[in-house]
Amino acid sequence: MSAPNLFDKVWDAHAVRTLAGGQTQLLIGLHLIHEVTSPQAFAMLRERDLKVAYPERTVATVDHIIPTDNQLRPLRDSLAEEMMEAIETNCRDFGVQLLSPENGDQGIVHVVGPERGLTQPGMTIVCGDSHTSTHGAFGTIALGIGTSQVAHVLATGTMALAKPKVRKVSVDGELGPGVTAKDVALAIINHLGVQGGVGYAYEYAGDVFRNMSMEERMTVCNMSIEGGARCGYVCPDETTVEYLRGRDAVPTGEAFEKAAEWWLSLASPEDARYDDEVHLLASEIEPTVTWGINPGQSIGVGGNLPDPAELPEGERFAVQEALTYMGLEGGQKLEGTPIDVAFIGSCTNGRLSDLREAAAVVKAAGGRVPDRVRALVVPGSQRVRAAAEAEGLHTIFSEAGFDWRQAGCSMCLAMNPDKLQGRELCASSSNRNFKGRQGSPTGRTLLMSPAMVAAAALAGEVRDVRSVGAAAVA
Amino acid sequence: MSPVSQIVARGIPLPGDDIDTDRIIPARFLRCVTFDGLGEHAFEDDRAQDASHPFDDAKYADGGLLVTGNNFGCGSSREHAPQSLMRAGVRAIIAGSFAEIFAGNCTNLGVACATATPEVRSELIRLIQADPTAEATLDLEALTVTISGETYPVAMADGARDALLTGQYDFLAQLLEAAPEVAEAGQKVPYLSGFKA
Ligand code: SF4
Repeated sequence: MSAPNLFDKVWDAHAVRTLAGGQTQLLIGLHLIHEVTSPQAFAMLRERDLKVAYPERTVATVDHIIPTDNQLRPLRDSLAEEMMEAIETNCRDFGVQLLSPENGDQGIVHVVGPERGLTQPGMTIVCGDSHTSTHGAFGTIALGIGTSQVAHVLATGTMALAKPKVRKVSVDGELGPGVTAKDVALAIINHLGVQGGVGYAYEYAGDVFRNMSMEERMTVCNMSIEGGARCGYVCPDETTVEYLRGRDAVPTGEAFEKAAEWWLSLASPEDARYDDEVHLLASEIEPTVTWGINPGQSIGVGGNLPDPAELPEGERFAVQEALTYMGLEGGQKLEGTPIDVAFIGSCTNGRLSDLREAAAVVKAAGGRVPDRVRALVVPGSQRVRAAAEAEGLHTIFSEAGFDWRQAGCSMCLAMNPDKLQGRELCASSSNRNFKGRQGSPTGRTLLMSPAMVAAAALAGEVRDVRSVGAAAVA
Repeated sequence: MSPVSQIVARGIPLPGDDIDTDRIIPARFLRCVTFDGLGEHAFEDDRAQDASHPFDDAKYADGGLLVTGNNFGCGSSREHAPQSLMRAGVRAIIAGSFAEIFAGNCTNLGVACATATPEVRSELIRLIQADPTAEATLDLEALTVTISGETYPVAMADGARDALLTGQYDFLAQLLEAAPEVAEAGQKVPYLSGFKA
């Protein structure tokens, strides 16, 4: 008999009952909401004359539509203003806390949850946003849901869910210089494929995750969904406990010790049971860049692009479609490809440690962003922005020609004024390189780590961050 | 909700794998507070770049059964994607596989998501293209799709199939029933009871 893993334990602690169709009615401990996927859900509540069942378990923020150059109200985009007003009204009417820009609390939902200590081990966390998997870094079941389900959770504090299988993804050994959490995430997706995770929750384990900071763990868990997994998590350990100590929503004193004890007890034991296990070697992961139109289409920065002519027939079409859209030539090197835009930010890589890494590269590389390149640094939250400014990071970026912005999703997706134009090619620290994702229907995205984006911005072309200076990438 | 056991509709062929929700409904159309009007923007950017896109092809204008590739609906969890397809007339989708959040969203709307082998899907596409006016029947009881006199097997996730067959795909009513159990369950979860227990 083997023992339950973390997912089993958290699931069992929250299972209310089995529904007629076989799904579990699962209790939700934290419901995060934002302006894009909640207005229709509140409308459904109004239609049926329902209340928010557990407003104290519900927290709202605004991130997708908010401009990052000028957040003064009313917002210049009247549609965005209407959405802002809708979430303000809904939060007021239903008694839900809104982390608003006026209070300095606002930011990307997956940045503000952890930084305020709302996200804690052992929780079930949902949000109408696929990157909710980010919160798995704390050893939670954290899922993205659709708007109808947002309404379900608002009205009942629960949702209907079939239990996924659990796959343990171990990465052992030590990462080389210049290889970051983002590269680990891209390497896993490349290895297992963009739909390799369908039906699974991923437990990330092994030396690499043990040694990661919480922010690094968040980066990897964030991209679980890009590999098709429903969610991803890392078992709580001392790193988790120390990160949480003293944060706003975390218990204090004796309650904290009790909480910490429970958190640590949830970690999967040595003999835990899994439906599948996969092993990767840290030494084989390089600074990675995507070249295509899904996050699985990536190569080590020094490598050559795949050549459709050399591929089996079944793979040729998709690779050719991606290369054609990207305007790239099969068999060529990606390194040295000129870029038009550089974007550092998003819920994947918009935290303080990401900005520090990027700033270190800027300092080591020296020089300025060439005039023909637009470079943006967008902190993930107002608190990240303030902390970065306290360290002087904004000066490093500004002096090198980067535009230092206010907090939001920005150029990760096309819902606010930060957009690619035409066929611009963007080196981006975000998570999706889908056609049109960054705002221009023909715009092109190269996903990479924030350090690599910084190197690309200064060189005006794709660069191996390891060539910039050992000091910066140690 | 009324049970869904059979969907009879003309087909729409949409070959290709990994068609993500940003392509189904580009993000700029998410700047809205209702789902109204999303139907006309389904695949808007793909259509602009491909004059022969099936959603612009008059032959398929009355279609309601989409036949497509693997990993359909991957990416963003936006329910705006199935909402826009539904509002464009889509009532069932046959794919190689689905992204899970997308499939769950479809079930909540009563849109059936079935999977079929590559051979079956290419046959379906061939038959739809040969006669776009042919009515296809997706039978959720029998797990078959029939078109132009030919019948092929499909598969569906049990939970989604049961929900549609019994008309229980609007989970809200079911979830509300258990309010007392939910309150009780909450008291046993350490963090919801202030780590006292
Ligand atoms: S930063 Fe990007 S991926 Fe993250 S929540 Fe915002 S839009 Fe979604």
